[in-house]
Amino acid sequence: MSATLAGMPPKDDATAVRLGRRRDRTDKVMTGLAIVSTVLGLVFLVSILFTLFWRGLQAMGPTVFTEVTKPPGSGGGLLNAIVGSIIQVGIGTVIGTPVGILVGTYLAEYSRGSRLGEAVRFVSDVLLSAPSILIGLFVYQLLVLPFGGFSGIAGAAALAIIIIPIVVRTTEDMLQLIPNTLREAVMGLGSPKWKMITLICYRSVMSGLITGVLLGIARIAGETAPLLFTSLGNLTWSVNLSQAMSSLPLTIYAYAGSPYEDWVSLAWTGALIITVSVLLLNIIARVVLRKS
Amino acid sequence: MSQTANSVPKPSVGTGSIGAMTARSGASLNEARIAIRNLDFYYGTNKALKGIDLDLPARQVTGMIGPSGCGKSTLLRVLNRMYSLYPGQRAEGEVMMDGQNLIAPDIDMNELRSRIGMVFQKPTPFPMSVYDNIAFGVKLHEQLSKSAMEERVEWSLTRAALWGEVKDRLSGSAMGLSGGQQQRLCIARTIAVRPEVILLDEPTSALDPISTLKVEELIDELKRDFTIAIVTHNMQQAARCADQVAFFYLGEMIEVAPAAQLFTSPKQKRTQEYITGRFG
Repeated sequence: MSATLAGMPPKDDATAVRLGRRRDRTDKVMTGLAIVSTVLGLVFLVSILFTLFWRGLQAMGPTVFTEVTKPPGSGGGLLNAIVGSIIQVGIGTVIGTPVGILVGTYLAEYSRGSRLGEAVRFVSDVLLSAPSILIGLFVYQLLVLPFGGFSGIAGAAALAIIIIPIVVRTTEDMLQLIPNTLREAVMGLGSPKWKMITLICYRSVMSGLITGVLLGIARIAGETAPLLFTSLGNLTWSVNLSQAMSSLPLTIYAYAGSPYEDWVSLAWTGALIITVSVLLLNIIARVVLRKS
Repeated sequence: MSQTANSVPKPSVGTGSIGAMTARSGASLNEARIAIRNLDFYYGTNKALKGIDLDLPARQVTGMIGPSGCGKSTLLRVLNRMYSLYPGQRAEGEVMMDGQNLIAPDIDMNELRSRIGMVFQKPTPFPMSVYDNIAFGVKLHEQLSKSAMEERVEWSLTRAALWGEVKDRLSGSAMGLSGGQQQRLCIARTIAVRPEVILLDEPTSALDPISTLKVEELIDELKRDFTIAIVTHNMQQAARCADQVAFFYLGEMIEVAPAAQLFTSPKQKRTQEYITGRFG
């Protein structure tokens, strides 16, 4: 080494300084660009939130949560839409979460390197990025046409299909984080594999699993397209799962496009309710994740 | 390979030395608890162990030394079938214990692992309380009353020289213990299942000197009841802990002998070179 070093030309200090200055300039330019982009993004975000709160709070009041949607000009609230959303998102989550967690568990713990596992992961990823209206059409063919009408359960099924790949992905990612040494330690005590997974693996990534489910709920709570062909929306009170059912996104869709001032206002209020709920879910998810 | 089957172990007294290293006597080795014969091991097509013959004497400590990648950890993972978790890894030959070949495909691995416990390089506490960490393994194999379980937890923590430090925080999370405490918890967890053989895979390499000393004292204590195999990179540790030492190199077992003998008068040139630090 020293022989070649000795054979090299001497260090050129002037070049070193020049190159250093160039790095500094590039650094300043890139930092500036990053700041401008951040500010630009924040401006849009804040203006959206500001508009949302401004317009949303105009029609906000107790009646929004106590009265159902009424014809234009006669007041009314969003009770049926809120309850419909809670029912459909709730059922969708209850159906989709166990399926998603089991599939994610299969991918992380059982399928290692198998061709079936690769196929399942690929399909799940495709489903994750599929336009949600496609899922609406699929459920329309499966549960609406054969049973002669739009229904709340069809809407819940569509939402379940959307939440599954989200939960699959987070479950698999979380389980992959567990070091194999922990698995070996459990198996080394003579534990069957299913006990290792349910008693140790799930427990050690519990906060991550919960976060995944919460983010999935946040995602499906705002879905509109898959509900258009499934639960359709309902301007009267109905908690009958075999009937068309109202939901916040569909009500917003119907009201925001109407020519009636009070309906448009209620649409903004509905949008505000969804946004705040999703925001709360995200905050809860973060708190849960941080606690671990 | 023929070892005298002397059932009464003589009290260990430090004798011969190489450099600063003192090897314990242990000149007499007990009857074999596990007998390994002509064992080959493959990671896929890569042959990692070649024709290993080794006896693990009952209620004594077998140290396994050798440079990285020589197969000593692999051998340990054969003994409790840890390799069976990974498709593509397979063993051929005989690992005999109580007339059974442990690497036969029809072995009940849960039962086997309750008889042959393992402690790993890094402490792996389970994400639960100290108490539950111990009870978890016990519950897999036994149905104990609450008081019997409490007794077992105290017994194993005491044996692992940890009881005094954790008796007031049994319900606290095991993740909050120090590294050395966690490793002793893992040892307690292993002995709580009451295995016959304990495998230790570099159990102190992640620990500070004081914790290392505690674990080594513990090994000395445990061998009254358990047959122990320990893989270590630390030759002093092998000299301090082991009654019998096996030297591995490139997947072969070069030499096995009572610790004092191996460290003072190794028969093989490569053993000599390794223990005097000329390679490895």
